[in-house]
Amino acid sequence: MSRFEVVRTGASAPDSQPATQRTVSHRTEPANPSAKALQEKFSSAVKRVEVIWGETVVYVDPAAVKQMMGWLHDDPSQRYDFLSDLTAVEYRDAEVPIEVVWHLRSLPYRRFLRIKAQIQKGQPLEIDSVYDIYRSADWLERECYDMFGIRFRGHPDLRRLLMWESYKEGFPLRKDFPLRGRFSRSEQLRQALAQNPEARYSMEELTIADAFAELPTDMRDRLSKGERTGE
Amino acid sequence: MARRTVEVELSTSGLDAQGRPQRVPLVTNDGGTAVAVEPPPSVEPDLEGEHMLINLGPQHPATHGVLRLVLELDGETVVRCIPHIGYLHCGFEKIGEYRQYNQIICWTDREDYLNSIGNNVAFALGAERLFGIEITERCKVLRVIACELSRIMSHLVWLGTFCIDIGAFTPFLWAFQRREEIYRLIEKWVGARLTTSATRVGGMAADIPNGWMDGLRQFIRTFPHTLDEIDRVLTKNAIWVGRTVGLGVMTPEEAINWGLSGPMLRASGVDYDVRKDFPYLDYETYDFEVPVGTNGDVYDRYLVRFEELRQSVRILQQAADRLPDGPVNIDDPRVILPPKSKATSEMESMIHHFKNVMEGPRPPIGESYFAVESPKGEKGYYMVSDGTSKPVRWRIRPPSFVNLAAIPKMVEGHLLSDVIAINASIDIVMGEIDR
Repeated sequence: MSRFEVVRTGASAPDSQPATQRTVSHRTEPANPSAKALQEKFSSAVKRVEVIWGETVVYVDPAAVKQMMGWLHDDPSQRYDFLSDLTAVEYRDAEVPIEVVWHLRSLPYRRFLRIKAQIQKGQPLEIDSVYDIYRSADWLERECYDMFGIRFRGHPDLRRLLMWESYKEGFPLRKDFPLRGRFSRSEQLRQALAQNPEARYSMEELTIADAFAELPTDMRDRLSKGERTGE
Repeated sequence: MARRTVEVELSTSGLDAQGRPQRVPLVTNDGGTAVAVEPPPSVEPDLEGEHMLINLGPQHPATHGVLRLVLELDGETVVRCIPHIGYLHCGFEKIGEYRQYNQIICWTDREDYLNSIGNNVAFALGAERLFGIEITERCKVLRVIACELSRIMSHLVWLGTFCIDIGAFTPFLWAFQRREEIYRLIEKWVGARLTTSATRVGGMAADIPNGWMDGLRQFIRTFPHTLDEIDRVLTKNAIWVGRTVGLGVMTPEEAINWGLSGPMLRASGVDYDVRKDFPYLDYETYDFEVPVGTNGDVYDRYLVRFEELRQSVRILQQAADRLPDGPVNIDDPRVILPPKSKATSEMESMIHHFKNVMEGPRPPIGESYFAVESPKGEKGYYMVSDGTSKPVRWRIRPPSFVNLAAIPKMVEGHLLSDVIAINASIDIVMGEIDR
């Protein structure tokens, strides 16, 4: 058979039903039972439950997120002990709220659940951290803050993660952030050249024990004046 | 199916009374197992208050890329570890919002570049769920072959570099020799070695060429021999055991809570493998076992990955035996390009070709999170579509990113030289972590 030949099996094949979105198997799966349990437990905080491509999505009230996650993590009938992923979605339509998305897995019951909280436009981009429940949220929340500017209340160390600490252009994954960055190439180059290449440690690290005393004198002076290091 | 448990058959407890990893001397008894010895008399006490700050990386060869660890040392013991990442950040997820689905596949090569063909498969599966496409049987089996080949490739790089980090040079050469064979197979199939871009939404870029399966069968036949050789050199080697046992221990509860996945999680004794627990590509119909460790230390991670290499060969063997004839691509002109001969001779095919290339296929409004078991762990692609040909959001769930986040927990309290071993055991790829 030729490598690029397409044999007719789908819509054009005789006596076969075309594979459309409605006939594929993962469309018909029932909702995750945890969605119903959540509705019973937190009636008003659960706004909507959807099943899309076999994955159950629960839209929840942003204020109740931490409480719900704690319940899902601890309740013996749920035991969602594994936080797969944490991210945010901003839509191209400026009116649609920003969504924070948690993908949870229950390893004992082999279940998968997606929790979504919508932050309306105009509201402060803040939501409770789940760091206390899932330690894996540490870097995931930092990345989400770095890319979207969503502040996670209660995260102990919410610094930028992928971008450097003195990055001033904003939050790259927001839709109002242009693909090539806010600053021109010349401005980016100017800022890069203006950085202090000696300053290899962040302020946090320089507070460690006696390391500060071992620095060159001029750098110590600059740091004591409160100058931020350029990473 | 029963899961096999790998047991550490070595008589060292791992840690001495001070909590430091116990060194095993260069002697073995007749059975080849290492002999436990009394820990050496305690080293001179560290001077109080003399903490040193050192910078490991970003250009250190043992950090496997541009990872930078700022370590606070008390003598030779790590008191605190602050990782810095982002040196390779290129904004893949942002760029993905400006690309059609088939164009994003080229970007998936470049994140976890040791597993590029596996990423292609993972992305295509995620996009197909979003499009509501069921792929053909032949395509499924070809993708299983692709995934397992790239798992072997990735694990061989891990094994080779891990050996180098710890000081063994020979297994590195053996591993890279066999890896080269896989690269040749991949090159014959898709035309590229590293940046494969092997899949398309709804199928593959190409079917395998004539005679390709013979090459695969030969590889399956000869590869276990190399594994046995490396096994014989490393697994009961006293230096190897001394440098790996008892380091970076994660208990099962910690490993789950820190979000570890893949061999890292299984080495801690949690039997979670996406291929078994949330099967895709009909993995539930293959007969293979998931190795699970008991101690969650560096040595167990080595054993788990090593056994995974053998299991991948088993899967490859079964896939090679069951590869059905038939089409590779689905028959849907909305997503699949027509054959070139038709595109240049038939009006309708030309229109399909034009629309597929210029506008790109459009999924319905929706979202999907598709996770596969990559060599590093659970790799997920989360895509949100608003009905246009470009995703609103394309999120990569990078397994080594989450695994690396636990490195402070793993190295603190260990010696500086053990940081290298622990870091190597995570199997990080910075391209995937920084994206």
